[in-house]
Amino acid sequence: MKEFLLVFRRDFDSTEAQPSPEQFQAMMKNWQDWMGSLAAQNKLVSAGNRLASEGKVVKPGNVVTDGPYVELKEAVGGYTIIRADSIEEAAELAKGCPVLAIKGNVEVRTIIPM
Amino acid sequence: MQEPEIIPHLFRTEYRKIIAVLCKRFGIEHIEIAEDIVSETFLLASETWGQKGLPVNPIAWLYTVAKNKTKDFLKHDNVFTQKIVPEIKLTSSEREEVELDLSTQNIEDSQLQMVFAICHPSIPVEAQIGLALNILCGFGAEEIADAFLTNKDAIYKRLARAKEKLRAEQIPIELPSPQAIDERLQTVLTTLYLLFNEGYYSASQNITLRKDLCLEAMRLTYLLSTCEQTNTPAVNALLSLMCFHSSRFEARTNDKGEMILYEDQDASLWSKELIEKGEHYLNLASKGLRVSRYHLEAAIAYWHTQKEDTTEKWENILQLYNRLLQLEYSPIAALNRTYALSKANGKQEAIMEAEKLQLTDLHLYYSLLANLYEELDKEKALMHLRKALSLAKTSTDKNMLEKKIQKLESN
Repeated sequence: MKEFLLVFRRDFDSTEAQPSPEQFQAMMKNWQDWMGSLAAQNKLVSAGNRLASEGKVVKPGNVVTDGPYVELKEAVGGYTIIRADSIEEAAELAKGCPVLAIKGNVEVRTIIPM
Repeated sequence: MQEPEIIPHLFRTEYRKIIAVLCKRFGIEHIEIAEDIVSETFLLASETWGQKGLPVNPIAWLYTVAKNKTKDFLKHDNVFTQKIVPEIKLTSSEREEVELDLSTQNIEDSQLQMVFAICHPSIPVEAQIGLALNILCGFGAEEIADAFLTNKDAIYKRLARAKEKLRAEQIPIELPSPQAIDERLQTVLTTLYLLFNEGYYSASQNITLRKDLCLEAMRLTYLLSTCEQTNTPAVNALLSLMCFHSSRFEARTNDKGEMILYEDQDASLWSKELIEKGEHYLNLASKGLRVSRYHLEAAIAYWHTQKEDTTEKWENILQLYNRLLQLEYSPIAALNRTYALSKANGKQEAIMEAEKLQLTDLHLYYSLLANLYEELDKEKALMHLRKALSLAKTSTDKNMLEKKIQKLESN
């Protein structure tokens, strides 16, 4: 079994993409059910964390800019670590991720142990 | 209480007290001396009481005899005098005066410290459970063998090895330091949790014994809750869990000793008193910041005390299992989570999730699949029940599955 990092990206920018409190509540249940499903298959290594929309980027020459690195339309919103036999299986597991329901995406990367 | 019953009864309640005090006095590496003194005390009791009848106060009688035997031992045993006395630094005059302190306070302190000595990280967990039953609970090898469904000789060997380990490690009988207590408590709670489960889920037909095991685990957990240093939220959470579970004791077996599933239980037989106790300890448990697995399991058990099937109930249970599994995976929690999912989100989703689990060596996995398919696809349900039957190990499980198959076939 190998470990994989799932990086969740979603639109932090446009107002219509931001959930209402009710939608947020329902989303939380979907996330918990999805995490629970991974954990029940013993595929969850770490539930990881959510990330706030604010951020700073530090560049060469002591240049610090506000905001996440890429465009806000595809900012990193959180990450999770799972275990799977192959990157294909990891991608299969990522298909259930609730971020997809709000037009976000999941990047699946193989972790190379140091 | 009549004479034939009183000795086994006192053996169960007093053996562990005297032995804890003696171990504390001599050090755990001399546990065999403690065991000899207590055994001789009880032997003398059965001889004397058989001839002369019961003394007015049997417990005081036992304590006096134990004290005298300890004194004799300290005076006459050569090995002890030459080797051990220097270790425990007794002067000869102290030896003359030494009297075993069998006050309630010292008994409780010694027992609590013994809990930490036996549930020590250097002792394998299987050995801890055996030692806990034997030394902390006063169970004989025969009873332990009955609970573990094995023979007495195997238990004797297991206990002897475990005691050897206790001696070799020279574990001090004391409360851990305030810095270490949280970590050490985790080991203690794991053992008490397993001890309780041993009684609650044991395949042994001896229901009285199984209840005793649960009660002993509760007594030791309660003991932890009475001491300021060990009265932590996790201890209260575990105690709460044990209260909720044992509230269903009377309802979960029929008069033939067969298991009655939760869904089929008569809720009027659930103990209100224990449910209230469970709620009380759950409130006390909610004071800390860290949520332990015992918190989550106690909360799940709380929702199970609500007999009515509401959406709220199953949604809460599902979310608690989601969190429990993220904290610590176990196949049983995975199965229970899937059952809760079927109640909260519907059977179709639960079937999809169940197929992913692939716990193909557990009969409970196929029982769950059968349950989920029962109304949707009778043939598939029967196929899963037969698979479960082929994997079931105990006669209780087999009987239950055979009955289910018959019932479904005739539908």
